[in-house]
Amino acid sequence: MEHRYLKNVVTLKLDVEKCNGCKMCMIVCPHNVFIVEERKAIILNKDLCMECGACAKNCAQEAISVKPGVGCAAGILMGMLKGTEPTCDCTSDSGSSCC
Amino acid sequence: MQTDFIVGSLQLNSVSIPVISDFLNFGDILGAIKARWAINRNNYKINPGLYAIGKPNENSNIFVTANYKLSFDHLRKNLKNIDSWILILDTKGINVWCAAGKGTFGTEELIKQIQQTKLVEIVNHKKIILPQLGAVGVSAHDVKKITGFHVIYGPVKASDIPDFINNKFTASREMRTVFFPFFERIKLIPVEIIGHFQYLIFAIAVFFILAGINSNGYSVDKAFDGGLKAMVMLLAGFLSGVAIAPALLPYIPVKQFFMKGAILAYIITGLLIYFFPGISLFENISWFFIVPAVSAFIAMNFTGTSTYTSLSGVLKEMKLAIPLQIIFAFIGLVLWIIGRFI
Ligand code: SF4
Ligand code: SF4
Repeated sequence: MEHRYLKNVVTLKLDVEKCNGCKMCMIVCPHNVFIVEERKAIILNKDLCMECGACAKNCAQEAISVKPGVGCAAGILMGMLKGTEPTCDCTSDSGSSCC
Repeated sequence: MQTDFIVGSLQLNSVSIPVISDFLNFGDILGAIKARWAINRNNYKINPGLYAIGKPNENSNIFVTANYKLSFDHLRKNLKNIDSWILILDTKGINVWCAAGKGTFGTEELIKQIQQTKLVEIVNHKKIILPQLGAVGVSAHDVKKITGFHVIYGPVKASDIPDFINNKFTASREMRTVFFPFFERIKLIPVEIIGHFQYLIFAIAVFFILAGINSNGYSVDKAFDGGLKAMVMLLAGFLSGVAIAPALLPYIPVKQFFMKGAILAYIITGLLIYFFPGISLFENISWFFIVPAVSAFIAMNFTGTSTYTSLSGVLKEMKLAIPLQIIFAFIGLVLWIIGRFI
């Protein structure tokens, strides 16, 4: 069963003008947000984006922008209490997830 | 620090590179179980640097991972009979994805390790294979610019590496996707339990103390009876948020995590109150505020463990959830205390 989170909240943006179709964003995205067609990237499933920032970090053309962060309530609370950015203590683990 | 996975060494250009075993022994497996229960979790790391597995030569592949022992164990176990180099980054003992988010599994550290281990002198190719989730912290084009090494992102899971190699070093869509299946969610429950346990104990203690208060002063008998009841209800809210909500995650038909926790709590509270009613109507009603508040809060914290929630989404959820949880807990507590007096 597929997981779905809130709609229309993420900060992901793509500037198609700058894109050269290198497919890097498609390769690094863990939620298949992008596809590349006719040498241009397309945002296919924006609501599946978890704002990990991998695509923007690996786009050499700087065509992608996203405010990266951890979607971690405990980390956000901790950040608010300490007056810092959301920080996650990463006590859980597994090869699959964070925080 | 454990080092019994080192089974020999390899002399190359007058440096000695440790050779590691591709077999997980009893100690490794026990260590993994302990880490799941958050025992010794923060000291489960290995030395960063270059290692060899099998009999690699100058043409062999280089795989990169974090110096969290579980990440390292996953990798070496899946490189059975595949002669390779393993480059371990110093992520302070944190797994790849989390470390990449923090930037410790990052461009800078990768460049530093490539240079420190003199990788150019060890292999005669320029390919280096990273776990895909490392992309959160590593910028492949920057690594290439500075070191000349071409970063290839491998599959999300180390167990797909053999297929990835057979597939001419391309990961299929399936291998690139992070899933969050039932079994994986279940595995994470122990750490969730440990992480929230102290708050549960604290809350139970408070209720035991408060339960003795009544119109005739303080009664130890009442403290015990009322406290026991409170313990059962709090434990129900706790388990609902910490275990049942994660287990049933995609089947609860709302998107916000706190709502998932709250809905379950209403069902559980309804059942418990039906079969074991409290001493007054006020007390019964109070649990319909307290238990959902507890369960919703803990379920909300599971956003951090889940693999698909965005920061923007969680912030939006919390703007609604935190005030509601505080109001519910407060109303519940007031009703419960009133219930002690009638
Ligand atoms: S990584 Fe950038 S340039 Fe490459 S396909 Fe994606 S958006 Fe286009
Ligand atoms: S931020 Fe992460 S999840 Fe979102 S589109 Fe980019 S790679 Fe995919």
